Amino acid sequence: MKLTLRVWRQKNADAPGTMSTYEVDGISQDMSFLEMLDTLNEELILAGDDPVAFDHDCREGICGACSLVINGDAHGPERTTTCQLHMRSFEDGDTIDIEPWRASAFPVVKDLVVDRSAFDRIIQAGGYISAPTGTAPEAHAAPVPKPDADFAFEHAECIGCGACVAACPNGSAMLFTSAKINHLNVLPQGAPERETRVLDMVGQMDSEGFGGCTLTGECATACPKGIPLPSISAMNKEWLRATRKVRR
Amino acid sequence: MTRTLWDSSLGKKTVMAVSGLIMLLYLVVHMIGNLKIFFGSGEFNHYAHWLRTMGEPFLHYEWALWIVRVVLVAAVVLHAVSAYQLSRRDIRARPAKYVHRKPRASYATRTMRWGGIILGLFIVWHILDLTTGTVHPGGFQSGHPYQNVIDTFSTWYGNTIYIVAMLALGLHVQHGFWSAAQTLGAGSATRDRVLKTIANALAAVLTLGFICVPVAVMTGVVS
Ligand code: HEM
Ligand code: SF4
Ligand code: FES
Repeated sequence: MKLTLRVWRQKNADAPGTMSTYEVDGISQDMSFLEMLDTLNEELILAGDDPVAFDHDCREGICGACSLVINGDAHGPERTTTCQLHMRSFEDGDTIDIEPWRASAFPVVKDLVVDRSAFDRIIQAGGYISAPTGTAPEAHAAPVPKPDADFAFEHAECIGCGACVAACPNGSAMLFTSAKINHLNVLPQGAPERETRVLDMVGQMDSEGFGGCTLTGECATACPKGIPLPSISAMNKEWLRATRKVRR
Repeated sequence: MTRTLWDSSLGKKTVMAVSGLIMLLYLVVHMIGNLKIFFGSGEFNHYAHWLRTMGEPFLHYEWALWIVRVVLVAAVVLHAVSAYQLSRRDIRARPAKYVHRKPRASYATRTMRWGGIILGLFIVWHILDLTTGTVHPGGFQSGHPYQNVIDTFSTWYGNTIYIVAMLALGLHVQHGFWSAAQTLGAGSATRDRVLKTIANALAAVLTLGFICVPVAVMTGVVS
C-alpha cells in the first residue's frame, strides 16, 4: 500500500504545531498502525529528519499508552486501541490525518505525545482501596454477588488511555473517572472510601480543567474497552449519594 | 452542601437538571391549559381567571399564581446561569479543534446551547406580549386572554416567533429530559430505551400541543 500521511508535528509544548505531509510506500495490510508509523520513522531517520514522536508500550491493547486521533476518530475507525488497529482498515492510496489527543488538561509534549498525568492525579485522589499489606487474603473472605462482580469487572477494563477525553467535544474525563469509581465503589473492598472516593476524584477531575458531560456519547463510542455511557449516570448517582451522606 | 453542589461541575449540572425538570413540568401543565382555547372564549377566560383564584380561600387572590411565578423565575435564572458557567468550562477544556472534523452528535444534542438562548429570548417576548402586554399587537386587554391570543397569532411575526421557539423547545426537551435523567443518576443500560422514548414523546406532545394553537388561529378554527 502507498499512503499519504498528514501528521501533527510540534517541537515541544510551547512551540506552535502544524500538519506535515509524508508519503509512505510498501505498507502491508497486516501491519499494525504503529508499525506503519515505525516505517515512516525509519525513513525519516535515514533522511536525517526528526522522527515522529508517539506514545506506545505494550502494543497488545492493554496498557493504554497509544493515543492517536486518526481521521478524526480517537484510536481510528475500529473500536480498538491504536496499536491493535491494522492497515487492512485502510485502502491503498488513502490520505490519513493523524493528530494528538486534544484537551487543555492533556497538553502536547511533542508531536503526537500528550501529557496524561492529570489521570494519575485523579487516581491518586481516590482510585485505591485501603487494604492490609502482606500475604494475599483468602479469596472467599469477602463474598461479592455475581452482578456486582460483573459490574466491577466491566469498569475495571478501563486502561486509562484517554480516548474518551479526546473524543468528547467538551474534553470531559467523566467516562474514565466513572469507570474507576464504579469499579471500586460496587465492591466490598471499596466500601470504606465509597463516599470520599467519588467526591475527591470528581473534585480532582474538575480542578484538572476537564469539561463537563453533555451526554453526546462520543466517549463511549471511542472507548476501546467498551465502557458504556450509563457508567456516567452511575457515577452521578454515587456522587449525589455521597454529598448527602458525608455531611451527616 | 450548597457549596459542594454549586462548586462542582456535577452539582451545577444537577441544578440544571432539576430546574429544567421544574420548567418541563410547568410546560406540560401550561400546554394542557392552552388547549382550552378550543372550547371557546368563555371557558378559556374562566380558566385564566381561576389561575388567579386558585388556592382560595386558604390563599389570598393571586397568591398561588405568584408562588408559581417566583419558582419559575428562580428555575429560569438558575438554569441559565449554570448552563452559561458549564458551557464556559466545556469550551475552555477543549480549545484546539481537530483538523479532521466530523459532526457526530445528534442535531438536538448539538443545538442545546443555541436552542436554550432562543428559548430564553422567547420567554422574555412571551411575557411582554401576553402577560404584561408591553409589546402586544392591537390593544392588550387584561382579563381577556382569549382575545389577546387571537391578536398575537393574527400577526405573521407572532406566529413565526412562537413556532420557531416551540420547535426549539421540542429539540431542547428531547435531549434535555434524557440528559437530566442521566445527570440525576437514573440512567442505566436497561433503562435507556424507556428514558429515550419518554423524552421523544414529551418533546413531540409539547411541540404539537403548543403549536396547534397558532395554527388554529391562522386557519380560522379559533377566532
Ligand atoms: C433560559 C433559557 C434556557 C437556556 C439558556 C438553556 C440552556 C441549556 C443548556 C446549555 C443545557 C445543557 C445541554 C447539554 O447538556 O448538552 C440545558 C439542559 C436542559 N434544559 Fe435548558 N435551557 C433553557 C431553557 C429550558 C427550558 C424552558 C426547559 C424546560 C423544558 C429546559 C429544560 C432543560 C433540561 C431538562 C435540561 C437537561 C439538564 C441536564 O442536562 O441534566 N431548558 N439547557
Ligand atoms: S474509559 Fe475507555 S476511552 Fe476512557 S480512558 Fe478508559 S479505556 Fe480509555
Ligand atoms: S500500546 Fe499498550 S494499549 Fe496500545
